[in-house]
Amino acid sequence: MKKFFYVLAFTAVSLWFLGPLFFIFLASLTPSSDFYRWDAIFPSKLTLDHVRKLLVNLGGWRAMLTSVQVALIAIAISFALGIPAGYALTRYKFRGKNFIKLVMLFTRSIPLVVIAVSLVTIYLRLNLADTAFGVGLAHAAMVLPFVVLITSSIFSGVFVEYEEAGMVFGLTRFGAFLRITMPLALPGLAASAIFAFIMSWNEVFAASVLAITNRTLPAHILSTAMASPDYFKFAAGTIMAVPAMVFIFIIRKYLISMWGISLK
Amino acid sequence: MILPAIVYLLLFIGYPIIGTFQLAFSNPKGWFENFRYIFFSKDFQNAFLNTLLLGMVVIPIQFVFAVGLALLVNKKRKGYKTLLYIIAAPLALSDITAALISYSIFAPNGYLNKILLSLNWIERPIYFFGYWFKSREFLVIVLTEVWRATPLMFVILLAGLQSINQEYLEAADVFGFSTWKKFVKITLPLLKPSIVSALLIRTLFAFQIFGVVWLLAGRDITVLAGETYYWYVLQNNRNIASTYALVIALLTFIVGWFYIGTIRSKHLEEGVE
Repeated sequence: MKKFFYVLAFTAVSLWFLGPLFFIFLASLTPSSDFYRWDAIFPSKLTLDHVRKLLVNLGGWRAMLTSVQVALIAIAISFALGIPAGYALTRYKFRGKNFIKLVMLFTRSIPLVVIAVSLVTIYLRLNLADTAFGVGLAHAAMVLPFVVLITSSIFSGVFVEYEEAGMVFGLTRFGAFLRITMPLALPGLAASAIFAFIMSWNEVFAASVLAITNRTLPAHILSTAMASPDYFKFAAGTIMAVPAMVFIFIIRKYLISMWGISLK
Repeated sequence: MILPAIVYLLLFIGYPIIGTFQLAFSNPKGWFENFRYIFFSKDFQNAFLNTLLLGMVVIPIQFVFAVGLALLVNKKRKGYKTLLYIIAAPLALSDITAALISYSIFAPNGYLNKILLSLNWIERPIYFFGYWFKSREFLVIVLTEVWRATPLMFVILLAGLQSINQEYLEAADVFGFSTWKKFVKITLPLLKPSIVSALLIRTLFAFQIFGVVWLLAGRDITVLAGETYYWYVLQNNRNIASTYALVIALLTFIVGWFYIGTIRSKHLEEGVE
């Protein structure tokens, strides 16, 4: 009996969470003539036409490249600044440490909505407005506190004794970090990079306010989707969903630990 | 080593916030003129109420679902790992994607109508979108948000459940506690820090709700972040947009302060340390 209920719950939950995903994949592959027929839930044939048109004719491909570019910039900056900070937070004892962590937690909760509008004014002065680099900088600010907190917890999982042992054998502190701690922390860091990628990939408000012609995929879709026929909307949904699903699959091992301690 | 990160955050978060203040408080007629303008506008009042209302409807539903799902997965019966990934599936989706997904189901030609029509349960398609169907739009937004953001709460709660020491529950078994009593007397109190953080994270993000509402309802149903976007992008008015943004910031600040005060001990002294 208990087993029966478990199977029932399992099925219901799976349908609830996967059903909608299945529908948008199906919709994006359905020929438009089939989509507007009432009686055809399953199309007579599948087509990649909508996806292709969205990518080629409607600027989806360009927006996707911009998205990737923005995300990589955000990851590069936030990791370059966040890893040393995270490392220092774990390995050194100093005053105001908890305060810094608190500030990090707090900046995570400041919405980009608040910053984006006035950032435009600054960007106009710096000639950064409407560039992928500018959006990347803003996304880096959004991702950075997360990187600091997450790397600090990853590094605390690597025993300090290993580093000390390395230093006994003549490595410098930096050498010990590079040769011993980094390789051990690498899988966790890779997972947080992927996670940072998703955060940037999904962010839409700053991306639409800070850039007009160099919009990321979600921002591009937000501005064009309303005006496009339905099947392009579904194609857009599918294009955005696929990488997200792939990323979740890659970082699945870290899913719990990462979201358990991070803020978003 | 921490300095570069702090400087960057000051530059890209601190400085623009000052800019937001400047923009919001600048109006030729007086400092508070922008605030007076929005506070007395029907649009602001609606946006404010809608944002609160959405939060108040969505968050409790999500919470109940998330607790139920977390308990189900935490039983660790056969296939629980698969179940975990299935529930986590929407986790990485953006709100825009989630909105498009739910549009594919609730559109006039969407799958819900197709299925209901082919089952002969309805004779004409049901319309969910448009100014005349505001309450239906609201329902669709709620469903979308529940679908999209329940996994987030679920993961936080599951992490909390997994950190509970099993010995407490085993001891309760010895004393013959019922399942319900175990849940109320042991699991729930021990889960409290996770519950608090899950609820408050959701509350923080509820003030920023934007993509789902904007794509599905446009300005039929207004929300604070949506109005910020509208005033900036469509009306080209930075001052009013900044004023809206500042209201969001203020609400976030209040909730965030409460949040940090409550979970400070848990997260800073155990979690991140």
